[in-house]
Amino acid sequence: MNPASTLPESPVLPPRDYQVYSGDDLATNVLEVAMGPQHPSTHGVFRMDVSLDGETVVKLKPVFGYLHRNHEKIAENVTYLSSMPYTDRLDYFCSMTNNWAYAMTVEKLTGIAVPERAEYIRVIMAELTRLQNHASLVGFFVNDLGASGTPLLYAMREREHILDLFEWASGARMMCNYFRFGGCRNDLPPGWLQQCRKVVDAFPAFMDEFEKLLTENEIIISRTQKVGILPRPLAINAGITGPMLRASGVDYDIRKVDNYGIYNRFNFRVPLGEVGDCYDRFMLRLLEMHESVSILKQALDSIPEGPVIGDVKARNFRPKVGEAYGRIEAPKGELGFFLVSDGSPKPYRYRVRPPSLINLTVLEDMCLGHKIADAVIILGSVDIVLGEVDR
Amino acid sequence: MLGKGIINGLTVTAWNFFGSYFSKSRLTTVQYPEGGNTVTAFSRNIPFLVFDDANAPIDSLRCVACKICEKECPPQCIYIVQDKDANGKLIKSPKIFDIDISVCMGCQICVEVCPFESIKMDSHFELAGRDRFADLLLHREQLAKSNDYYHKIHPAEAREVDDRLAAKQKKAGPA
Repeated sequence: MNPASTLPESPVLPPRDYQVYSGDDLATNVLEVAMGPQHPSTHGVFRMDVSLDGETVVKLKPVFGYLHRNHEKIAENVTYLSSMPYTDRLDYFCSMTNNWAYAMTVEKLTGIAVPERAEYIRVIMAELTRLQNHASLVGFFVNDLGASGTPLLYAMREREHILDLFEWASGARMMCNYFRFGGCRNDLPPGWLQQCRKVVDAFPAFMDEFEKLLTENEIIISRTQKVGILPRPLAINAGITGPMLRASGVDYDIRKVDNYGIYNRFNFRVPLGEVGDCYDRFMLRLLEMHESVSILKQALDSIPEGPVIGDVKARNFRPKVGEAYGRIEAPKGELGFFLVSDGSPKPYRYRVRPPSLINLTVLEDMCLGHKIADAVIILGSVDIVLGEVDR
Repeated sequence: MLGKGIINGLTVTAWNFFGSYFSKSRLTTVQYPEGGNTVTAFSRNIPFLVFDDANAPIDSLRCVACKICEKECPPQCIYIVQDKDANGKLIKSPKIFDIDISVCMGCQICVEVCPFESIKMDSHFELAGRDRFADLLLHREQLAKSNDYYHKIHPAEAREVDDRLAAKQKKAGPA
């Protein structure tokens, strides 16, 4: 017996009232597509609800929160020191700068001084973080353009040298958890600075190779120039920070504005874009890497000997009543922490000002009128990490 | 000329591809487990408990069950119960010291807050087990490792710790 014949008969559908359209008055509906949260080009669990007229984006709604881990509330229920490893997991590409922002806020709150050598180590680590973040971002960006794999793997290869340095100094490749209130956890191991200098000296060769590989490529130019323009007034009004703001031509770098740490001792320029399109954002990262290499060389030349951490007690750490906001120029923008202390070992309020989330708010304004394939590269040029967007 | 940039880029790719046949430095992939030891000086994975006497590992644990690490542990993966002597009086030794390594994130906060230098970070990382729960919950017997082992994995750090402990004992006076 044919097994199919045992199945119940499918109901007969009433005949549809099909219409035949022809010519210019082709009636189309706006198509709503949920891109994500499992889409490979959304850099994590991020969803874009796009409304499409043909292939053109007419409406875009970013939906996030899939990676929400209650970071702020957890931090209010553990001691100040115990939040430090959780800050690694905000923007997991740049754990060193996250550590720095948090440590700096607590130092502001309590007035702890940081030894000279530790300040230099922090600058070195932050700039290495910037190098590896921008290198891998550019790789991912080109990956979104369709050059699947090759440039990304070249970037990852260079990033690996920097992650090796992190592992050597801190014990972990990505979740470094290296900075402490008033310094760094341990001194750099012997031979670290020499190896770091080797990596830094070899880095410009990689950037030259990368620029030869990509920047004059006609396909990249035609796909990124004049795509996703972020006008200067909108960038300022929306609170955009970091490379995205500077690509729109606003000279605002917290390293220069605040001079936090010891950045006033180094000689570096702030690259600026003109148009504010995807190509500017892409080139700006390459130029920032050159400046980071120059800061690193100066810091490696002048790093002094000495202690790396002051006399800060690990147990029973109670800041006095007060509040503090500390911010740094993280590779993605302004990363700020706001802490309110009520004198107990746990913070009363702990707030993160993530650069990725706020840079993401202008996504719709940049995408409107472009094709859906361009929306992917515009998102790629924003440089988001969902760990930080959703916290 | 249109296409010059693309051809330039392709020469870079070709250089990298053919270069990998001649230059060792372009072969960056490391084979696991054949490819050398990746453990570094400060490498950390999960904590272990230090003991001093190899003949009585559990009795000579440095841990006094003060529960500071249990309180400070960010993901709360440590569970400690203090031991009692025959008269039911609490003594300075853990009866239960469990670490759930499926929760532990290797952040080293427990090591930093421990006042007795009794908990340190291990660099052993091959911890896979067949049981989801039993194999990932380590008891004090599995966590106890000798001071010699500590010297073997982190020599410089272990010497510092020994010096600190000797100074502390000297200050307290000869027992």
